[in-house]
Amino acid sequence: MSEVLIQIDGREVEAREGMTILEAAQKVGIAIPALCHHEQLEPYGACRICTVEVETRGRTNLVAACCYPVEPNLVVRTRSEKVDKTRKIILELLLAHAPDAPVLQDLAKEYGADKNRFEKEASFCIHCGLCVRYCAEVKKKNAVGFVDRGTRREISFIPEIASKECWNCKECFPLCPTSALQAAFVLTEALISPPLAPPSEA
Amino acid sequence: MARINSPAELEALRKNILSKRDPHKPCITLCSGSACHASGSKEVAASIEAEIKKQGLSAEVDIRKTGCHGFCERGPIIVIHPEEICYLQIEPKDVPEIVSQTIKEKKIIERLLYIDPNTDQKIIHESEIPFYKHQERLVFGSNGNIDPKSIDDYLALGGYSALAKALSRMTPDQVLEEVKKSNLRGRGGGGFPAGRKWEESRHAPGQIKYVIVNADEGDPGAYMDRSLLEGNPHSILEGLIIGAYAIGSRQGFIYVRQEYPLAVENITIAIKQAEAYGFLGKNILGAGFDFTVKVHQGAGAFVSGESSALMTALEGRVGEPRPKYIHTAVKGLWDRPSVLNNVETWANVPLIINKGADWFSRFGTEWSKGTKIFSLVGKINNTGLVEVPMGITLREIIYKVGGGIPGGKKFKAVQTGGPSGGCLPEELLDLEVGFDELSQAGSMMGSGGMIVMDEDTCMVDVARYFLDFLADESCGKCTPCREGIRQMLKLLTNITKGKGKEGDLELLEDLAETAGQASLCALGRTAPNPFLSTLRYFRDEYEAHIKEKRCPALSCKDLISYYIDPDQCQACMICLRQCPSDAIVGGKNQIHVIQQEKCTKCGTCFEVCPPRFGAVKKISGEPVPSPIPEEARIIVRKSKQQ
Repeated sequence: MSEVLIQIDGREVEAREGMTILEAAQKVGIAIPALCHHEQLEPYGACRICTVEVETRGRTNLVAACCYPVEPNLVVRTRSEKVDKTRKIILELLLAHAPDAPVLQDLAKEYGADKNRFEKEASFCIHCGLCVRYCAEVKKKNAVGFVDRGTRREISFIPEIASKECWNCKECFPLCPTSALQAAFVLTEALISPPLAPPSEA
Repeated sequence: MARINSPAELEALRKNILSKRDPHKPCITLCSGSACHASGSKEVAASIEAEIKKQGLSAEVDIRKTGCHGFCERGPIIVIHPEEICYLQIEPKDVPEIVSQTIKEKKIIERLLYIDPNTDQKIIHESEIPFYKHQERLVFGSNGNIDPKSIDDYLALGGYSALAKALSRMTPDQVLEEVKKSNLRGRGGGGFPAGRKWEESRHAPGQIKYVIVNADEGDPGAYMDRSLLEGNPHSILEGLIIGAYAIGSRQGFIYVRQEYPLAVENITIAIKQAEAYGFLGKNILGAGFDFTVKVHQGAGAFVSGESSALMTALEGRVGEPRPKYIHTAVKGLWDRPSVLNNVETWANVPLIINKGADWFSRFGTEWSKGTKIFSLVGKINNTGLVEVPMGITLREIIYKVGGGIPGGKKFKAVQTGGPSGGCLPEELLDLEVGFDELSQAGSMMGSGGMIVMDEDTCMVDVARYFLDFLADESCGKCTPCREGIRQMLKLLTNITKGKGKEGDLELLEDLAETAGQASLCALGRTAPNPFLSTLRYFRDEYEAHIKEKRCPALSCKDLISYYIDPDQCQACMICLRQCPSDAIVGGKNQIHVIQQEKCTKCGTCFEVCPPRFGAVKKISGEPVPSPIPEEARIIVRKSKQQ
């Protein structure tokens, strides 16, 4: 793998070919916020909070730092008026669902996001997909998935799988930035009859 | 069917097919696309077959069930060859007369002809009907002459000669150069140059490469890809095989939504026939080139028309877009170089190879070459599929081909490009239709949806409609699209309900900017267009809704009221009897009054009030006049006075 020289916020940064902007920035201690990114998981590019501005071939674009591969002479700005405004609105949109999530509150302070800008529609889930992808990619169980699409998209445990796999795992719980996952699990427990219990030895 | 092993054998086969066909033998072609099926073409076909048999003409007349002719407003359509006599809106009861009069006696049945509404002239020949006369049917033209289930029909019209030419007389690079030179741009949405995409794939590393037909057409009101796939499947297949040869691909896919059963059926038959003749499979036409095609039926999610989502779906996963910072032409299906083009794009390829890039470039504008098929729908006289040269003006499409707006109404806007496109107003009617021209005007070419709207259409409600569509059809993966659409839809719905507030437009603009720039895929990035274009050209309508709680088009239910003008009401009882919610009081010789609290604003009274009275009024942004006192409601007829 050859080295690629890029510029992030005016600093020359050496990155390995195949790295994403986010990885290259993290390597040199430049912070880019991320909600759906996880080192153990494939890049997903869903929350878009890691949006940065890039300049390539004379054009400026907003891209997701967690997915955009570095390329020679790439110029990246992790903070600009446009980037900050985009992150602020994304946060405000997410805060309408999970106004109490600590990670969102911290970012809201940083970007001046108003948690009351949009009418509350507290579903708590911010659709980062960490639980879904962790279960699929790391645990290879697919006990939790997304159902439906568009504005009706939500996470849901698949009772048949969850009843067998989840009782002694729950590794996804700490990944959830809000309280939605635990709630979805409790709901699944309630729906499964007889209630979810460790299988007996026999 | 014997396998064809060389271009020479193909020409011999073609000669053989043509030698068995007498161009003077009467042939009845009947439009049998999905649109005409809906208006009864199956029944007409059955009665033609029965009648021909009954009158003992089976040996003397050919019957050909073709694909869509395009003039769906007047379907089912039959054209009788060789005279090209065109009859419209045929019903089974017309058939015996057609057979005995036109087929046997060569007499024209005048009542079945097209009558030009402007000149009252009856038109006999299909090509002289104004709807067709102003078109340039390069791609769609063969639809009316081919039985899509017959490869011989396609061969008779020169089918697969472009493939033979490419394989025997051109290198893959020459094919690629020809397509590049033609400047053919993708007919599915963004208008990316097909040649450049092909080139990127051809030069991308990897032994295994794919070519894919995107037949996941999903724009509301659009059905041109469906009709092409149903009516002329071999033209798409031929283009795909040529593309595969140019790129170096041995495996192709046709991604077609399963809601298009006839398209699935016809393309599947076409593939089997092409395999039997050896146009697909190993060593095609003896040129040492192998290629196979599979049909994949999509579940009908609009977002699956997006290239990366379509490829994800083809891989057997949920059709969600993935980042395309590395183009799918380099890293697509199963991470391999994959060229995805739309149905119509592929269908253009055989024409370019056969007739050359120079010929193709004669049609269109500098940056938009060739023709485009549009699905012309909405408030338009001649609903149907039209193929026009790029560079034609919107006015020509709507008035010359489309025959203008029905019911003497005024044109208001034309929506192009589906949910990703926008609405263009009257002052842009002279805009030349091209990829860049439409984008600069705030709309887009898209796949060719064209919805005409008249003065009764509320532009705020149009924007709301498209966002409602997208709220369902977004995959929901990324925040700016999912949440941006959710909030834009809420704001627009509120505005149409009279709950719009100061600052709503600025908030909508902020959301539009974020979705437009930060979304993962093109669905999200173009989702604000229906709002942005209507705001750009119809800001006054937004302001009327927000500030005056008035809907200028008198369309938004929450902002209108119905009211009976006591000076014009003749107490005829029609509206009173038909009101489904018993909201109208009155009686014989007693002026009618709508009880506003009971009225559901269904509009029945407005529609049924005899035009000579015109007593029922639709109002918006003003209070409903108080009803006149009961004693003043009695009508004293003049005849009774005397």
